[in-house]
Amino acid sequence: MNSHLPRALGGKIVTRPYKLLVGLFALAMLLIAWRMVAGLGATTAMNDGYPFGLWIAFDVVTGTALACGGYAMAILIYVFNKGKYHPLIRPAILTSALGYSIAGFSVAIDVGRPWLIWRVPVYGWRWNFNSALLEVALCIMAYVVVLWIELAPAFLEKWRNAPKPRLASIVGKTADRLDRLLPWIVALGVLLPTMHQSSLGTMMLLAGDKLHPLWNTPLLPLEFLVGCILMGYGAVTIESCLGSLLFKRRPETAMLAKLSFAAAVTLWLFVLIRLTDLIVRDQTEAMFAGDLYSTMLWLELCLLLIPGIAYFWPGVRTKIRHLFSGAVLVVLAGAIYRFDTYLVGYNPGNNWSYFPAVPEQLVTLGLVAFEVAAYVLIVKRFPILAGHSRAETA
Amino acid sequence: MSVSRRSALKAFAAAGGTIATSAVPLRADNEPRSVPADAVGMLYDATRCIGCKACVTACHEANQDLPDTRTPGMELYDAPTELNSRTRNIIKLHRSEYIDSYVKRQCMHCVDPACVGACMLGALQKRDFGIVTWDAPYCIGCRYCQVVCPFNVPAFEWESANPRIVKCELCVHRLREGLEPACCEVCPREAVIFGQYEDLLAEAHSRIVDRPDVYVDRVYGEHEVGGTQVLYLSHVPFEDLGFTRDSTEAVPSLQQSIQHGIYQGFVAPAALYALLGVVMFKNKRTNRVADSEADDE
Ligand code: SF4
Ligand code: SF4
Ligand code: SF4
Repeated sequence: MNSHLPRALGGKIVTRPYKLLVGLFALAMLLIAWRMVAGLGATTAMNDGYPFGLWIAFDVVTGTALACGGYAMAILIYVFNKGKYHPLIRPAILTSALGYSIAGFSVAIDVGRPWLIWRVPVYGWRWNFNSALLEVALCIMAYVVVLWIELAPAFLEKWRNAPKPRLASIVGKTADRLDRLLPWIVALGVLLPTMHQSSLGTMMLLAGDKLHPLWNTPLLPLEFLVGCILMGYGAVTIESCLGSLLFKRRPETAMLAKLSFAAAVTLWLFVLIRLTDLIVRDQTEAMFAGDLYSTMLWLELCLLLIPGIAYFWPGVRTKIRHLFSGAVLVVLAGAIYRFDTYLVGYNPGNNWSYFPAVPEQLVTLGLVAFEVAAYVLIVKRFPILAGHSRAETA
Repeated sequence: MSVSRRSALKAFAAAGGTIATSAVPLRADNEPRSVPADAVGMLYDATRCIGCKACVTACHEANQDLPDTRTPGMELYDAPTELNSRTRNIIKLHRSEYIDSYVKRQCMHCVDPACVGACMLGALQKRDFGIVTWDAPYCIGCRYCQVVCPFNVPAFEWESANPRIVKCELCVHRLREGLEPACCEVCPREAVIFGQYEDLLAEAHSRIVDRPDVYVDRVYGEHEVGGTQVLYLSHVPFEDLGFTRDSTEAVPSLQQSIQHGIYQGFVAPAALYALLGVVMFKNKRTNRVADSEADDE
């Protein structure tokens, strides 16, 4: 019997923490309703100097990178043909689908005129092919669809065994057709993030000298691309660890230890690109200026170097605790790098300043809460997590 | 190394080398833009401006903008501190060690505008006379134009539930009626004048030649950020007036050359996609075999 096939965890959905998550989400929705009526000025701290705020820098730019687990695992499993990681792909795709959907939703509440968003994909004759943002927007929209299609087998598997025979047969046929198409969809699932994650970097190139030289490099697209893969591996590791903790499953230590190799390679690649670029562009002075910017840079680098160096101690790789902490540091570093590129390193001059307002923060918190709640609901009801380490307690 | 791994590496070399960068395909004209033949513009001469702000009021009137009474403590006055959604034109005082100077700020009508390069559906575009205007139905309010404008010009209606992007459009509605831009019309000192771009540039240079003792030997906007259709003359260093942009390269050029290098004709992404598809198809087959072997265990 194929013991590592995914299974639904089962168990009660509405627990105490679950209610809290739903409560936070409800609060966020109320605030969003207020934002729709009162405008962005009343609900956020964004201004003409800092037109991109927390929602773009965190929910979209950082959030999609955190949701790159699906992308990073797809590269490993389908492109490098490492089938052994298969048990990690479905949960990774699920977080990616949720993360990207939330990011899309965040864009929708962040833009001034959300009711016109549909024109972006539809008004093809108006497309400005010079706009990196257009590419990001189109790719993210397409990728959300691709992710849910990639995840569809999980839902179809459940409904295939539905008691109604008509439904079951329709679902069965769809599932078979999907199975044949899947390689091409998975290929899209690798192509689209490659395009838009790098374009998220290109976007800030257009900010010109408003972006601090420590981040303003022609290599931004490459750094964003490598960075999102790195964060993807980190996110998958964190997710697996938390999953085994929360749902009392056996930790996937062996597999995560092997995954840490891919993560370490990506990590060193990122650090190397970053440092080489800084040195080639002659930024050593700025690197050691001792100001906010150089501090942020070294924070990024140190958070990466700790797990990067620790990796070489074999003992570290086999302990789930260390793998987890390493992944947390990596994800933090990646998140700070993106925050720096979009907010900290961005300075419009003229004494403009920005710090996210409370409603802004609560909306972000509420959306994260929604993501967690949806994840828990889906893994309990649908076959996502690998079965061999099934919940011991329901 | 297995065949599929080698092709996987190839796919990623392709990704690293070409897709490393961004955007979408197809635009043919890679070259930096040059000043349009029918370009009009304004010439502002800081030596002549007395800071009377007649142009600020005239600009409000001409565009039917509300007075900006939002500055704390100044609620009784139209007293903006920055360009904003009610202020397309502002006069600022810049103090320096030796001499004070006023400076007028509004959209520069860049020759190769970053805001136009940023805008997804082309709400912002260089239209008649090279004037950069905003077209409501194509703006979703993403504010990327604000992020990229080197002069922080586009303003967003933060207080509105249906916000617009507000900026100087060189009074194009007045030009169509045969009128001058409002700010140029009312200026009592002709500190800001309207005209054909070429004439203004010639005028600026001849003023410098006539009075080299007064002027800084530089026409700001002739080369900066790839050229702007609004030109400036000054008696104090331009940095003192808040013009910190020195680069003569248009903001979009670097970003666009990267994009075009990669997305030219969409060849690279299409090739990468085909390659990925093939790799995955192959891998799927080998996986089937591996799976059935695993099942036998
Ligand atoms: S000054 Fe700013 S808003 Fe005006 S054309 Fe240039 S980039 Fe666009
Ligand atoms: S805010 Fe409007 S005008 Fe500005 S870039 Fe976005 S869509 Fe274009
Ligand atoms: S040209 Fe018109 S819109 Fe622009 S600053 Fe002058 S009066 Fe205002």
